[in-house]
Amino acid sequence: MSSSEGAPESWISSFCSLMGHEFFAEVSEDFIEDDFNLTGLQSQVPMYKEALEMILDVEPEDDDEEEEEEEEEEEDEDDMLGDEKPLGYRRAGDRRHARVASDLSVIESSAELLYGLIHQRYITSRPGIQQMFEKYEMQHFGVCPRVNCNGCKVLPVGRSDTPGQETVKLFCPSCQDVYTPPNSRFHSVDGAFFGTTFGCLFFMTFPDLDIGPRLNNVLSPTSPLVANTNQSRSSSLNSSAVVTRASPELPPPNQPTEINGTRTVNFCTGLGSGKIYESRIYGFRVSERARSGPRMKWLRMKPTDISELDEVVIFHAVHGTSDTRADNGGDTDMNTLPAGSQQSAVGKRKKAPMRRRRQVAANPDQMSINGGEGG
Amino acid sequence: MEEFNSETDSDYTSYWRDWFISSRGNEYFCEIDEEYLTDRFNLTGLNTEIPYYQYALDLVTDVFDLDADDDLREQIEKSARHLYGLVHARYIVTTRGLAKMLDKYKKCDFGKCPRVLCEGQALLPMGQHDLPNMSTVRLYCVKCEDIYNPKSSRHASMDGAYFGTSFHNILFQVYPALIPEKSTRRHEPRIYGFRVHAAAALARWQDRFREEQKTRLREAGIEFNYAEDTEAEEEFEDDEEPSASKTEKVEGDAASGRMDLGN
Repeated sequence: MSSSEGAPESWISSFCSLMGHEFFAEVSEDFIEDDFNLTGLQSQVPMYKEALEMILDVEPEDDDEEEEEEEEEEEDEDDMLGDEKPLGYRRAGDRRHARVASDLSVIESSAELLYGLIHQRYITSRPGIQQMFEKYEMQHFGVCPRVNCNGCKVLPVGRSDTPGQETVKLFCPSCQDVYTPPNSRFHSVDGAFFGTTFGCLFFMTFPDLDIGPRLNNVLSPTSPLVANTNQSRSSSLNSSAVVTRASPELPPPNQPTEINGTRTVNFCTGLGSGKIYESRIYGFRVSERARSGPRMKWLRMKPTDISELDEVVIFHAVHGTSDTRADNGGDTDMNTLPAGSQQSAVGKRKKAPMRRRRQVAANPDQMSINGGEGG
Repeated sequence: MEEFNSETDSDYTSYWRDWFISSRGNEYFCEIDEEYLTDRFNLTGLNTEIPYYQYALDLVTDVFDLDADDDLREQIEKSARHLYGLVHARYIVTTRGLAKMLDKYKKCDFGKCPRVLCEGQALLPMGQHDLPNMSTVRLYCVKCEDIYNPKSSRHASMDGAYFGTSFHNILFQVYPALIPEKSTRRHEPRIYGFRVHAAAALARWQDRFREEQKTRLREAGIEFNYAEDTEAEEEFEDDEEPSASKTEKVEGDAASGRMDLGN
């Protein structure tokens, strides 16, 4: 507190500029001042009020009396804790001074905890995720260490939402795996301050964000260059994807543009054929029957034909349920598309809930019937 | 390093190699024996690849006594490093070389796997090509069987051919007991506690492949178990419904593993 008092910058920005806090976004004060966003934090953070005041740089006005009271309370505690010590072994002035300093450090650590927990919520909010997006674009969080991810940019995530469990990790969208930050200064940052949700929500919020293979010569991450590559990519999406894959197996035509709610071109670009490391000795592959043979290939696999992951279509193809057939008659616009059977099946699947909703709106009596069918 | 010096070079001190392997950025190299370097058979073909080959070799073996100007000396110095690297790739697949690298591996001289679920598995240096100037050095993790870039930039410029494509595999062929238990755990992306469909569907697809491979191996008479299998062995008894029950089991394990990790 004493250091931030004189400084013109706020507690938040000084906290975010601390060594090792480079991953943090600056939470806007509006967000913190909205009590709704702080629901439940009071019970998780000791000295909650003081910590919140510290974060918001609010000077406690009528604090003297409170402090007095607190001190008295603490005095009792002190006596209880340190009753084996001889009484009055320190002068009263000394004790008072020490207590204020320790109080401050308690508040300071509480403020950090509180800020982290607010941060966890903030970065899943609209302004927060946008702020993190800008940091991501500027490659503030580093790149994936995996060779076949080709320097894909990573995001800071936690593996637990409870503070004090694990430090911050880096999530790579290209291989859907988590890595330890290479720099040890992040090994003391709590992962809960980023949370488990953020990593995935981020890429669902920006589904068109290009996470695909970057050029091999490392481009400087300046924004105009990034914008350029984005533009060129969107104009020749299919060709660039084919060229950079450089694998013998090419996916069959009629790949759906979207699979399970993710863009196919952005889905696990670092996985699949050609992106799996193959152990070789003098050029010969190590057999899977060898004791040291490959056993972990599954971890980096992805079907060449991405529609193999469309479990709903596969289920209907195998079981031949009436659900898809019933939809067939009503779908007039699907017939105009010159698509393969699988693609139209995907379309049907997407169409189905919309159609049903329309029916519900038209005839509320049918709701129960539809609900019965679905369940 | 000292113990090797005393062991192999006995009464001889190798100034250049000593300096070279202890200089910054060369931490991945082990020291090549004197007798290996002086055996011409081991250097077959290298004389055509390296400029000032003879001088470079003299420098590496500390018999260099040419009065060269700074430019030439620099050239020779460069060649000597390159020569050392290329000989190193050959040396580390010999019995002695493997033993030295194994020692470094056990000391985690090559770093630890950055993948969280590998839990700090030690890495081994490797190259993606055996020819020089093709790619930089990578690090191989035997637990996830994947390759990573070194985190320090001083290693990022090192040629991968100085370690070669075969070394790390040969090491585990020679010392199969060092292969750690493989795990089926994986990172599960979640949003507010719910698994994400796209990732979960891929995970199920991958699990299916893994079970297929396991069945294939079992048919070939090879029993292979992942860490999670041995924990829940009795539940894998009935082979009638492999995919459904097993994947569920595995996912359950993964989820519980994820929760347990926090404690």
